[in-house]
Amino acid sequence: MILHDYVLSASCYKVRLLAALLGVRLELVAVDFHPGRAHKSVVFRALNPAGSLPVLVDGDLVLTESTAMLVYLAQMAGPDWLGATDATSAARVQHWLAFSARLNGSLGLARLHDMLHFAADIDSARAAGHQCLREIEAHLSEARFAGRIFLEGDRPTIADIACFPNIALAPDGGVELNDYPSLRLWQRAIRSLPRFIEMPGIHRLHELAPAPERGTTA
Amino acid sequence: MISPQVLNEWYPVGMIAQVGPWPGRLTGLLGAPVVIFTTGQGAIVVQSARGVPLAVTLAYGHVWACPGTPAHALFALPEATQPGRRLVDCGVVRVKCSPLRAVENFLDIAHFPFVHTDILGAEPHTEVNRYEVQIREEVDEVWATKVHFYQPQAAKSAAGGIVTDYMYRVAAPTAAVLYKTCPNRTDEWDVIGIFVQPLTEELCDVYPYMALFDDVTPLAELIHFQQMIFLQDRSILENQIPRLLPLDPGMEIPTQADLTSVAYRRWLKRRGLTYGAQRVAA
Repeated sequence: MILHDYVLSASCYKVRLLAALLGVRLELVAVDFHPGRAHKSVVFRALNPAGSLPVLVDGDLVLTESTAMLVYLAQMAGPDWLGATDATSAARVQHWLAFSARLNGSLGLARLHDMLHFAADIDSARAAGHQCLREIEAHLSEARFAGRIFLEGDRPTIADIACFPNIALAPDGGVELNDYPSLRLWQRAIRSLPRFIEMPGIHRLHELAPAPERGTTA
Repeated sequence: MISPQVLNEWYPVGMIAQVGPWPGRLTGLLGAPVVIFTTGQGAIVVQSARGVPLAVTLAYGHVWACPGTPAHALFALPEATQPGRRLVDCGVVRVKCSPLRAVENFLDIAHFPFVHTDILGAEPHTEVNRYEVQIREEVDEVWATKVHFYQPQAAKSAAGGIVTDYMYRVAAPTAAVLYKTCPNRTDEWDVIGIFVQPLTEELCDVYPYMALFDDVTPLAELIHFQQMIFLQDRSILENQIPRLLPLDPGMEIPTQADLTSVAYRRWLKRRGLTYGAQRVAA
């Protein structure tokens, strides 16, 4: 399975992350997104007319939407990650997959603006990002009151993986997460998952390392 | 009021390859807007908002400008034209930090195992051994030599962990270059630099630069590797406090591993290069 990839892309990282969690091996093909804009080249558009990243190729199958890739990987290697046990849960997971596109269009855009000089109305991008964060924070707070930590059900699903990257990377775009305590705990739960992988801007959980020895006066 | 010492230095303002005809590209330098464009004759012009042209040097793939009267020529980088090296354009990354902090971070070795974990460093190999630092008066540059560090993946072309030798060089107030063990050529150094454009005292555009001996790795993979490294630094840089680099001891306590940083700060202070620095002792 080949992933046409950009190391700094939140959407590419979604797919790399789920593949790692599932133990699926991806062959990564680096695309010069910045500064080369190779994803807009004629050659690349022959593969993906939208000129976007990532692109997942498995035999004859070519996927160009990262959420579709999450569904594909989960269906193949870990159906529990689909989180679809009945009509309600299936629909709710779909809600978060669609919601992740809003995150990408707001927090993701603000990040590309602040980091890589992308053109954007930065104030409205950040405002839309905060609106998304308030919605998901409210949902996760309710989940916590009910004794859960992930977005849907009692376990991590592709809904969490779809939303996690752009939220964790929000500070890159000048959107701080200090006002969202439930999101912080949720992120920690995701970063604690076995086989979690990092990307630039999302660090591994160094704080899970053994605590330093305490002095005798402590 | 910006001091003449600051104004009379060279700063990168863009990549040569990305300059177009009028109206060109609007950017900033030391808090003031500047515009960069090519003339009909193909010359590259950098000018202020009032239409006053700045002194320009084209070198190492980048446009360098001096807002005052150049105190000296731009630093030499002979490796840039050495046959066999691959010049890698890694683009530009904007960072909300003092331009001096971006350079200082580039000079630091001790953070490798913690920020670039399993790539440029790994626990428990965290010790920075004694190395040598000097201010070379004849070229007016800061140099650190005899740096050795264990690295799990020193370069894209490195097959496994190696002890990497480094030399570091501050070549201009906001430009630094390092020379490190080349995994492919024992008789040469790989050259990696960062050229930092000071937009304001707390905002900069950083242009990573590489001149490597590596004919095998696809260009996009080299770019990804360097961007991955630099973007791991970015979130750290944006959270450093105080925002401006302290030049006097007191606020921060350096250790032996920070000799290069200490020399860099001393060099900046001695030359009055305080744009992006705290100007009073904390």
